[in-house]
Amino acid sequence: MEHSATIDTRRSTFQVLIRRFGLPRLIIAGFLLLLFIMAPFVGANLTVQILNVINRFSWNAVLVLALVPMIHSGCGLNFGVPLGIVAGLLGGTLSIELGFEGVPSFIMAIVLATPFALLLGTGYGALLNKIKGGEMMITTYVGLSAISFMCMMWLLLPYSSPTMVYGLSGSGLRPTISVEGFYDQVLAGFLEIPVTADQSIPTGTLLFFALLAFLMWAFLHTKTGTAMTAVGSNPSFARASGINVDRMRLLSVIMSTWLAAIGILVYQQGFGFIQLYTAPNNLTLPTVAAILIGGASINKASIPNVIIGTILFQGIVTMTPTVLNSMIHMDMSEVIRIIVSNGMILYALTRKTEGLR
Amino acid sequence: MEKNSAPLLEMRNIKKDFFGNQVLTDINLTLREGEVLGLVGENGAGKSTLMKILFGMDVIRETGGYEGDILLNGEKVKFSTPFDALEAGIGMVHQEFSLIPGFTATENILLNREPTKTNVISQIFGSRLSTLDRKGMDRRAQDAIEKMGVKIDPHMVIGDMPVGHKQFTEIARELSKEQLKLLILDEPTAVLTEQEAEALLNSIRSMASRGISVIFITHRLHEILAVCDKVVIMRDGYVVKESPAKEIDVPEITHWMVGREVDAVAAPAEPRSHEGAKNILSVRNLWVDMPGETVRNVNLDVKEGEILGIGGLAGQGKLGIPNGIMGLYEAGGTVEFGGKSLPLNTPRACLDASLAFVSEDRRGVGLLLDESLEWNVAFSAMQIHNKFLKNIGGIIKWRDERAIHKVTEQYIEELMIKCTSSRQKARELSGGNQQKICLAKAFALQPKFLFVSEPTRGIDVGAKALVLEALRKFNRENGVTIVVISSELEELRQTCDRIAIVSGGEIAGILPATRAAEEFGMLMVSKVK
Repeated sequence: MEHSATIDTRRSTFQVLIRRFGLPRLIIAGFLLLLFIMAPFVGANLTVQILNVINRFSWNAVLVLALVPMIHSGCGLNFGVPLGIVAGLLGGTLSIELGFEGVPSFIMAIVLATPFALLLGTGYGALLNKIKGGEMMITTYVGLSAISFMCMMWLLLPYSSPTMVYGLSGSGLRPTISVEGFYDQVLAGFLEIPVTADQSIPTGTLLFFALLAFLMWAFLHTKTGTAMTAVGSNPSFARASGINVDRMRLLSVIMSTWLAAIGILVYQQGFGFIQLYTAPNNLTLPTVAAILIGGASINKASIPNVIIGTILFQGIVTMTPTVLNSMIHMDMSEVIRIIVSNGMILYALTRKTEGLR
Repeated sequence: MEKNSAPLLEMRNIKKDFFGNQVLTDINLTLREGEVLGLVGENGAGKSTLMKILFGMDVIRETGGYEGDILLNGEKVKFSTPFDALEAGIGMVHQEFSLIPGFTATENILLNREPTKTNVISQIFGSRLSTLDRKGMDRRAQDAIEKMGVKIDPHMVIGDMPVGHKQFTEIARELSKEQLKLLILDEPTAVLTEQEAEALLNSIRSMASRGISVIFITHRLHEILAVCDKVVIMRDGYVVKESPAKEIDVPEITHWMVGREVDAVAAPAEPRSHEGAKNILSVRNLWVDMPGETVRNVNLDVKEGEILGIGGLAGQGKLGIPNGIMGLYEAGGTVEFGGKSLPLNTPRACLDASLAFVSEDRRGVGLLLDESLEWNVAFSAMQIHNKFLKNIGGIIKWRDERAIHKVTEQYIEELMIKCTSSRQKARELSGGNQQKICLAKAFALQPKFLFVSEPTRGIDVGAKALVLEALRKFNRENGVTIVVISSELEELRQTCDRIAIVSGGEIAGILPATRAAEEFGMLMVSKVK
């Protein structure tokens, strides 16, 4: 009897664990752990791999954080992240165009991106206030059309910096622009801890993310932040409590757009390149998938969701190519990435009713 | 009309409970062919449940079925779905329309029962591909419409029709079924104008003369007397009176509807007079566009310090009054609070003026279901009065978790809210405890004036008493003026000093709570439109 009782309690604690941590998160975490265990056996250097994961985390975390405000205000998952990214790209390219270098170029990139982010965010927010209930569909198209529009603009805008334009024609931006000499590694280089010959822990980037995450956490603990969460939780309740629902939603969209602009600049300083044209599209689904893997739902997200999700998602993305490629000698990384990110989004959307407003 | 054969419909000893809550007790009904039976009773008396049983609605089976027998033409029947009931010749017209707006009247009347012609394709692939017999359809639709004795255009698209014609189309659909023997009309005149209602009554008479029996549910009592052969009055799940229509009049019906046995009623709590008190709230010419609860022209004065009840039948507009004043539905007119004009359509302005509202829509408007009790209690006070906040550096308003926790614990204790902790999600609480959280939310606002809408809807007896007691106490100890809106007259009589009755979107009258129930009953139906 005693024996079966212990099994029972064990089973129930396990179930509680699953419920609290979420089955998909457990599966993905387990898969990632498996990859880490297998890595040495297939000849991969574990230290290098872990550093890879940390670095990629540092590049992406701010972008993922950018989703939090809109989730809180009930605007759902921001598939329109590219709009914010576009603002960031404008800031970055303008900063280079105006001749800033080194650390000032990064600061100026943020400063220059801000008005674009505020402007685009305001318009985007006003649009989302008109189509309550269908946000995620609209955000997707806003993202796609922002990218398409900018594909034209990158060619037409009168940029002239030789580091960025096509060499022969002297006009139109190149798809990939190196930020070396500008803001390459400006954050990562701060208090950097070298581990191997060419790899290190990007302390500065992590600290920068920590700062933004702290600010976000703090904001959600203020009166306004509380109101924003209530709007997402039950808009009718918020309205009856005298909250201007539309204004809260607008604020959340602007915050989200601005953070996405900052996020892409952080990404670039780590990655080393500005990628224009259709490149922002490649960031949308991974960003959304990351926060969902982290345990966020369509109207609930926390800072731990962001951190755990980004680590898990980027872990999978970096580890699978190394391990699987050496096992089956075929490049599976892209396939895995797509399956994980799309699968995760699909899963989250089917759960939509659970957190019913 | 009297025949010696078995009656068309006989219901014997029908009993029904919803999860132990007895809603129908020993209902006996007989209905002969061509007879019109008027079924009346207050909201919640059990009329709809009885009709749902008769019509075999799913909700009855899902909640454990019913006891007793239904006999149709002397044979015992048990319908497990509405389709069985239709098959047996019972038709029902619900309060809400179930018509396809883009189809014509004819198409709606004969939907899925269209006469068809075979064609080459249908001979090969089966009858689902037969061609519609348009001429046949027109003829049958016309027949059905004529049976009612009204004129509606069978080719008009439903979306373009006035409400009355939609209602007739619904009835025509039932009449077009050849096997129809019994038609149930659930408040068919609620949405009709005077003339349309008159036409409907005529069509009921004409149906009856063709041998179709009708069960007619309405709140307009004079209609009952005008058209019915027999009146059955229900109250609290019992049939309290059954009488031929000729031998009863409106006052007697209302008496039976609302009157309760004296010993079953708790004595009204010492109603006070506030004759000399000044008006704290004055409402003039208020209209509110709240779907299903339209307020047309309300003039109302609330005295400082009193508890005013607002009663009335469902759909007459009593719920529209608080929702309109508090800015949740579009409203017009003038509202003065404490001598100052109160802007309408802005919830914030009302809250700033120290008004508070406990909504009847607990789960939709009243609660953050997915947040903690602490948030639910403290949120409004935090947003409106900057309570439960710590000021950091004079600019940042930081949530004071400790103060929130304290106030929530205090109300949990005071209102005896059953929960595991103050951090439990509001969704997980029972209806009664959710209602107490809604009250706590309003109390935390420390208002001068409180609207409480349907405070006891859907909660058990124990919680009911507690909620009403909490309101009384809040009124007595804090001097807060309270307006309670409720469908339950008894509850108002126990709690309030004065009771205003809303009928037809207007205040039909205001009486002290001590007056007899019949007087209130008369007011309830006085202006029903």
